[in-house]
Amino acid sequence: MKSFMRKAFSIFTAAAITLSLAACGGNSNETEGNSSSTNSDTVKVGILHSMTGTMAMSEMPLVDAVEMAIDEINENGGVLGKQIEYVLEDGASDSAIFAEKATKLLTSDNVATVFGCWTSASRKAVLPVFEGNNGLLWYPVQYEGLESSHNIMYTSCPPNQQAIPAVDYLYENNKGDDGKLQLFLLGSDYVYPRTTNTIIKAIAEEKVIEIVGEEYLPLGHTDMSTVLTKIQQTKPDAIINTINGDSNVAFFKQFKDAGLTANDIPIMSFSCYEEDIKGMGAEYAEGHLFAWNYFQTVDTPESTTFTEKYKALYGEDRVTGDPIQDAYIGVYLWAAACEKAGSFDVDKVIEACESGEIEYMAPEGLVTIDPETHHLYKVARIGKANAEGQIEELWSTDERIKPDPWLTGYSWAAEAGLGQ
Amino acid sequence: MELFISQIFNGLSVSSILLLAALGLAITFGLMGVINMAHGEFIMIGAYTTYVIQNIFKSNVPEKFFDTYFIVSIIMSFVIAGIFGLILERLIIRHLYGRVLDSLLVTWGVSLVLQQLARTIFGSSNVSVIPPSFVDNNLKVTQLLSFSYKRIFILIMAFICVALVAFIMYKTRAGRNVRATMQNRAMAASLGVNTNIIDAGTFAIGSGFAGIAGCALTFLGPIGPTIGTSYIVDTFMTVVVGGVGRIVGAITGSFIIGMGTSSFEFFTSASLGKVITFIVVIILLQIKPKGIFTISTRSLDD
Repeated sequence: MKSFMRKAFSIFTAAAITLSLAACGGNSNETEGNSSSTNSDTVKVGILHSMTGTMAMSEMPLVDAVEMAIDEINENGGVLGKQIEYVLEDGASDSAIFAEKATKLLTSDNVATVFGCWTSASRKAVLPVFEGNNGLLWYPVQYEGLESSHNIMYTSCPPNQQAIPAVDYLYENNKGDDGKLQLFLLGSDYVYPRTTNTIIKAIAEEKVIEIVGEEYLPLGHTDMSTVLTKIQQTKPDAIINTINGDSNVAFFKQFKDAGLTANDIPIMSFSCYEEDIKGMGAEYAEGHLFAWNYFQTVDTPESTTFTEKYKALYGEDRVTGDPIQDAYIGVYLWAAACEKAGSFDVDKVIEACESGEIEYMAPEGLVTIDPETHHLYKVARIGKANAEGQIEELWSTDERIKPDPWLTGYSWAAEAGLGQ
Repeated sequence: MELFISQIFNGLSVSSILLLAALGLAITFGLMGVINMAHGEFIMIGAYTTYVIQNIFKSNVPEKFFDTYFIVSIIMSFVIAGIFGLILERLIIRHLYGRVLDSLLVTWGVSLVLQQLARTIFGSSNVSVIPPSFVDNNLKVTQLLSFSYKRIFILIMAFICVALVAFIMYKTRAGRNVRATMQNRAMAASLGVNTNIIDAGTFAIGSGFAGIAGCALTFLGPIGPTIGTSYIVDTFMTVVVGGVGRIVGAITGSFIIGMGTSSFEFFTSASLGKVITFIVVIILLQIKPKGIFTISTRSLDD
């Protein structure tokens, strides 16, 4: 009996471990032994996002968006007459695993292109893999800029299409009676928030902006009491929030509990979108400001169909937002580039992207790939969260902004030692 | 002065959150010696139980009674997390008493399985819980000094839970049996204590208290499949610093770490505050390797 129990137990343990490994390992629906990315009627692409771990919450909706775009393109006849087939890999919120899976996608699956990554850490980890194997990555999240790889197309925005317009907006609308804007910079402790805040501090040198506080929280930090005391003490005109992940929920909840409102101190968030608002509860975000290029409420026919389709596929309670849209348009831009190149070959597709003619009528409006930087021409928008958890546009730039990841167009950037 | 009082309150509040989160661990790890890496996931189970009960109330109960969901949630979080704990103990943990490293690995695996289970059932996104209206305000003393009702509520809840555990452990027959079993298993068994039942019951109660912590933490933090991981390190540190095996140890541990973190953070920054706290803990454990409060035993090899 005892030995039976021991055996049963060891089987159970083995099962539990296998299960958890399977959970970590992700799943792939690839076809077998195909040495090239295309065969007679399909072309293979990769999707590389975290489906487990702390980033899964943010990245899972992006996988849904990419799958939706692929299905749409396939329904309309595919790319160059071929149906798109995808290999899904789980980066497991770990940069090392991202690099490993990227290598696998490029060298053993031989995919034509990859859609994926969220954190700058994961992008920096896969960058040498894509450059070394001459792959092509479509990166869908706003980030700190100061990068433009030959092998990456950035479908979201560098700071000059988000952070810099947002600071300008606050400077116009939220400065105090003395004509001075007092900002409190709050972010997670890693490369994106720190670089963004370095840029904002450089702008502050130029304008009448005073940085009254600068705080960084470890990722996953959940107790905001001390940070809130510091905010109450310094009484800024606005907070620039570059917190990433779950900590946003804790911050917004505890901000309200501390008796602070959006009227006293508005929070301007750069890395928190409709999906995060849904996860914290709309009443906490109401009245605060969000800087993006796309909101679900953007009033274009493309935006309406995009959101309707997304909801119909994944559930009425789901929301769309900027990163979801940027993941979606990446697939269309790639398809357009392939059509122009007449080939799936990475060099030819990149060459097509650099023609300056690859554009797509996205939910946010027309986007065009900039040949020099591999980023997109985009409109910057500022919005305010309403009681339903949606962000309503308050302001947008009249023209599409030329992407400037190296901040070449700003005199203060060179002085602050930023840029090339 | 205002700042000073407000920082003291912050420190107390952080301590109470830690204490509530670590109380269950003080039982399962402190008393029973099981390194339970899935402790954080019991907190998660409590939080999701609260979410589910809130949803049930939202659609089935008249709005004016909506706030009562929280009382039901506290009880149900305890029960559901307790049941999960019982299942875990009966299926896995009981085979691993005394095998510290094995139980560490297996419970870590269990924590991954539970996280994935939550992700499968509730999706990978965070969910939101509406707090009951009686905590949805704050006590404003002056412009700078205000106490959030939620934090006061958690403080009181931590106090009640500690009192409850202390009462069970030191004033009831069951509690005496638990302590007897943990201190000298063979002797307790020979005096007629059913140590199997004691083990299962103790582990279930410890897990249940983690569930209550999860329920309370829905006020302040995110609710998602991975929330357990944000608390696991702090809770273990609390129990180890305080001294394994004593409730008063958990109280002291949480007080030192809570007060320490928030004051260091105030004078430096959040990341550095955490580093300094860790340094203090390391120094403390150099001086008192078994934590601040230890149980004196006569065993030589311990």
